Amino acid sequence: MAKMTLEELRKLRDSKKSEIQKRDIAGKDTQIIIGMGTCGIAAGAKVVLDAFLQELDAHELEHVSVTQTGCMGLCYVEPTVEVLSPGMPPVIYGKVDAAVAKAIIEDHVMRGKMVSDHVFDRPSADIIKDGGK
Amino acid sequence: MAFRNYILVCGGTACESSKANAIYEALVSECKAQGVADEVQIVKTGCFGFCEQGPIVKILPEDSFYVQVKPEDAKELVAEHIVKGREVKRLLYAKEGSRKHAKVEDIEFYQKQFRIVLRNCGFIDPENINEYIAREGYVALEKVLFEMTADDVISELRTAGLRGRGGAGFPTWMKWNFTKQAESDQKYIVVNADEGDPGAYMDRSTLEGDPHSVLEAMAIAGKTVGANQGYIYIRAEYPLAIKRLEIAMAQAREYGLLGKDILGSGFDFDIEIRLGAGAFVCGEETALLASIEGKRGMPVPRPPFPAVKGLWGKPTVINNVETWANIPMIIIKGGDWFSRIGTPDSHGTKVFALTGKIRNSGLVEVPMGTTLREIIYDIGGGIANDREFKAVQTGGPSGGVITKEFLDTPIDFGSLTKLGSMMGSGGMIVMDEDDCIVDVTKFYLNFTVDESCGKCSPCRIGGRSLANLLDKITKGKAELADLDQMVEIGEAMKKASLCALGQTAPNPILSTLHHFRDEYLAHVVDKRCPAGKCKSLISYHILPDKCIGCTACARKCPVAAISGERREVHVIDQAACIKCGVCYETCKFGAIEVR
Repeated sequence: MAKMTLEELRKLRDSKKSEIQKRDIAGKDTQIIIGMGTCGIAAGAKVVLDAFLQELDAHELEHVSVTQTGCMGLCYVEPTVEVLSPGMPPVIYGKVDAAVAKAIIEDHVMRGKMVSDHVFDRPSADIIKDGGK
Repeated sequence: MAFRNYILVCGGTACESSKANAIYEALVSECKAQGVADEVQIVKTGCFGFCEQGPIVKILPEDSFYVQVKPEDAKELVAEHIVKGREVKRLLYAKEGSRKHAKVEDIEFYQKQFRIVLRNCGFIDPENINEYIAREGYVALEKVLFEMTADDVISELRTAGLRGRGGAGFPTWMKWNFTKQAESDQKYIVVNADEGDPGAYMDRSTLEGDPHSVLEAMAIAGKTVGANQGYIYIRAEYPLAIKRLEIAMAQAREYGLLGKDILGSGFDFDIEIRLGAGAFVCGEETALLASIEGKRGMPVPRPPFPAVKGLWGKPTVINNVETWANIPMIIIKGGDWFSRIGTPDSHGTKVFALTGKIRNSGLVEVPMGTTLREIIYDIGGGIANDREFKAVQTGGPSGGVITKEFLDTPIDFGSLTKLGSMMGSGGMIVMDEDDCIVDVTKFYLNFTVDESCGKCSPCRIGGRSLANLLDKITKGKAELADLDQMVEIGEAMKKASLCALGQTAPNPILSTLHHFRDEYLAHVVDKRCPAGKCKSLISYHILPDKCIGCTACARKCPVAAISGERREVHVIDQAACIKCGVCYETCKFGAIEVR
């Protein structure tokens, strides 16, 4: 994209906001967001990322996007993963490894069933409510 | 396919011990009995914090937060909440309570944390500028470029009362105002990302998780004070943060949010990254600026302050990463909003890196005025392995310890200084009864001795002398007079050192000597280390009446210091023993004693 004017920036912001609110980005309605700060990566987030991609392939799931985010501060349970799935509340999973990633895909994403023992709480509410999450 | 409700039962170790399992079972059988088993999933979770309020049950999607739940409450929870859709009011977490310090309407939820600096960390993809923009990103810059005058920005910061988060707590608006008023052909904006305190990593996480918040704030400052060039000084051992900053800068340039004529406003601003080699003293602003100039990182006396005469002798605004990350939200929501968070003396929030002997270590951002007890017990989940809390170290190598009796002190700049510690950059290291206070102090002192640049003698020689005295104490060779000498040297360093590194280096000693004099006396007078950490002062012994002669310890001993026949009492050869403690851990009969 070329340099923007003020109007273009505002337009871009509005369109991105509604994408986030609808949680539907490029035809994908389920999002898996992996915490990839230094702490997450040190705890194995890259292995987890690979495991998710592999599971999505294995089950031929096309509607799920996998993205990264920074550290949300739950260092004691890294790697952390947030799953946004239609019809379900947003869930943060901690201490995720390849086996838990598999369970998240097969239970949470495919059957709407949360994976026990790995659910954690977002540490605070969002002060930017328009963010939509 | 999804369930109608999800009941989350906290299964953290603290709740586990307070009947979480029984509650889980009761909920399962109640859901069956009341015929809703197919509509509800009952999930065991990790620790939610709030362990003192445990056991905790949370029901989604309503987000109802039930505390101190008993197994016999299961019937009512299912009948009311699940079947009839009515919250069980008597079990809900009371939203008032300890919330006096933060009278902001936004804080109505049960969490103790309130995230301004970390608002985007864990929400957005830091490598995608669109996600930052979607969450009110660059709105503040728009306002500053097109709607506000420089004086408006400064007055907003003044109303906000934002103080520097790097440790010293100097009012940010004053720094900006000095630079704005200074006459010069060139001015600079600098980010201090030279995070060096042991155990502190909030700046790294902020840059890794939300790099644009800092870039936006720098451009805002540039416009306000009349600077067109910014520098981010970051240590080279933060490769991921550097990579994300570089990506963010490239994306911002592509969008025209950095570079020439930003958004058609006629304002030019660009940023360069400067890598530091990891010297602690370069976190001191004058040393940092010298390092950017390519000189050896050594502090120079102030005044003149960088705000007037900084980088290459030009007026320079230099702030810490966390301070920068606050700026866009203050511009968007207003200084008044910010000033209502926190205490009268310290507004806003503070990010702490909670580490050490704590159950839930991690980054926490809380309103100023939150107590240590809330941070350690409610958010941190208490002390790991059910040990006893001893002290918390704040302020890194420049700070001190805070003991049990001060756990309920609301934390802000003033209160921590009063307790003989300091806010510092926000490292918070929790110690339990197994930590030796002299040993910990020695760690911090050796850190500052290593990091002293050597320019001024009070710091260079004083620090070394203190380290030698501490070493003497932990080896059991000290005398009472040494304690007084430490205080004397420490006071001299505070007065005579050139920069904050030397001035604050004695703080850990002075603070621990004040709060834990008994423990120092045990080392000096009784030649004993109560925590059993100082190897020269402990010895391992086998209790004859408990030893059954199983030979397990003798087989594990790495230096063959234990002798004895099978089924006979064993003996440790004190001359050969290296005090590694393996025998103590190996013995199943409690026959080995530390003295």
